[in-house]
Amino acid sequence: MTSAVAILPSQQLAVLNEAYRKAVARKRLRFALGTVVFLVALVVAAFGAEVNLRTFFTYLGNFISYFDRIGKLDTGARVWTDFGEWFWGWQKWLKLLGETLLISYVGTLIGAVNAFLLNFLAAENTSPAPWLRLLVRRLLEFARTVPGIVFALIFVIAFGLGPMAGVLAIAIHSTGALGKLFSEIVENADMKPVEGVRSTGASWVSCMRFAVLPQVIAGYASYALLRFEINVREASVMGFVGAGGIGQELVVAIRKFYYSDVSAILITIILAVFIIDIATGWLRGRLFGREARP
Amino acid sequence: MKQMPAPNPRELRARYPDVFDRPAAAKLATPAMALVAFAVFIFGLVDLDFSPSRFFNGLHQLGWITLLMLPPDPGSSLPLYLKSLGETLSIALLGTTLAALAALPVSLFAAHNIVPTIIRFPVRRFLDSIRGVDTLIWALVWINVVGLGPFAGVLAIAVSDFGAFGKLFSEAIEAADQKQVEGIRASGGSAMHEIRFGLLPQVLPVIAGQVLYFIESNTRSATIIGIVGAGGIGLQLAEQIRVLEWQKVSFLILMILIAVAVIDWISSKLRFAIIGRRAVA
Repeated sequence: MTSAVAILPSQQLAVLNEAYRKAVARKRLRFALGTVVFLVALVVAAFGAEVNLRTFFTYLGNFISYFDRIGKLDTGARVWTDFGEWFWGWQKWLKLLGETLLISYVGTLIGAVNAFLLNFLAAENTSPAPWLRLLVRRLLEFARTVPGIVFALIFVIAFGLGPMAGVLAIAIHSTGALGKLFSEIVENADMKPVEGVRSTGASWVSCMRFAVLPQVIAGYASYALLRFEINVREASVMGFVGAGGIGQELVVAIRKFYYSDVSAILITIILAVFIIDIATGWLRGRLFGREARP
Repeated sequence: MKQMPAPNPRELRARYPDVFDRPAAAKLATPAMALVAFAVFIFGLVDLDFSPSRFFNGLHQLGWITLLMLPPDPGSSLPLYLKSLGETLSIALLGTTLAALAALPVSLFAAHNIVPTIIRFPVRRFLDSIRGVDTLIWALVWINVVGLGPFAGVLAIAVSDFGAFGKLFSEAIEAADQKQVEGIRASGGSAMHEIRFGLLPQVLPVIAGQVLYFIESNTRSATIIGIVGAGGIGLQLAEQIRVLEWQKVSFLILMILIAVAVIDWISSKLRFAIIGRRAVA
């Protein structure tokens, strides 16, 4: 079957073509301008960050050979030829890894409980008073924006060296992050049950407990588990500033060029993170079904 | 009007045994889980040397520190701090751009609608292991390689974001509509044409949104990599905390907060301009 495509009279076509070309030209101009601005920003940034391409290419080989070096034992043999020698400190490292996991667990739990207590005050639809909501929101924002490790640096001075500073730093950061996520869940909750409970003369606390909580609790648990995953990573570097966990050992190994130790500790951390990711993913799937995953 | 007959509790119980007489296992599951969680929590507190006296001493100290932080005051180092802040922003911008450029081709090899599983699987695991290592650790490694300074920070952010971008981009590619790719193939395009004209127009806006979001979140990461010596405002912050110059510390934290808020604002404007109001990563 053949059919001819209808062609417009050339006069009409010329007008349409002209309009099309103009639209495309405008789009291209805007794109080109955006690119130029971006490139200028990049060049300025390159000067700001003291980027030195010569250093980079001179030392790029070093970066690649670094991974070669951390794959060798002191004797020069490959690490996997002598497992006992490679993981010589496994007892100490496993203990520190356990400490790291505990830090993130306790920190996440404290953070989740704090966020739970605060989030009803921060959510738009349940907050008892506007000024309180604003206050709690700013507080959560502050806790979330200041990086956890900065809190850790300050807490190490206030509470002394050790895992306690790490736990509190992670707890505060998690409070900020979870508080925001939790209050967003509450804002999406259905308000009809609240009206129902309210109409029976219930207090604010009862309204939250019997009308809002049953709707949002699954979302809370899901986000808290997700936060736990993130906090395991974060806790692994808390030791860099003396706040406990396996980071302490890692920073010593890297700074003192104990190459095979670096690879052994890194592998321990990566494996632990993998296992935690998979385990929490499985747990979330079991508890809430696949579609409830955020 | 006729009143509803009062329900007979016994009859209701008999009719819905699942609700009223749940098996002991189902009744005990939640309290048991809560108890285990609580026990681990207590064990953690003990194992991590928590003690009330230490806690309250620390709080006392913290109160003093907070008092000493007021009012925030940069002393005579304001120009230096502004320069460091500029450095931090540069690190975030450059690191993210480098990571995005490097991750775009690699992400094609991690998307299941482009390559077979046998290639996809190892690439994915490779990206996962890069992501499993924190930015601070990458910063330490790069300091060993290119020396102290902001350049090490750029490379650290670039490497750790490379892992994240590889995963996010490949997910964006997998979510793309296959019909347009088929259309290109039907008109005789090669595999490269399919990617260039079928896939990229769909995924580029999504990717641009993600990159902008990461520039924003990397401003935060860039503030902390200075703590290990990789340049930027974190270096100043860590130094001032160590010498207990609390007024300068609070000023620096304030600067970081403002910078992050400004970047947030700019990038959310840009994201809306690029991908429209609907999808914000």
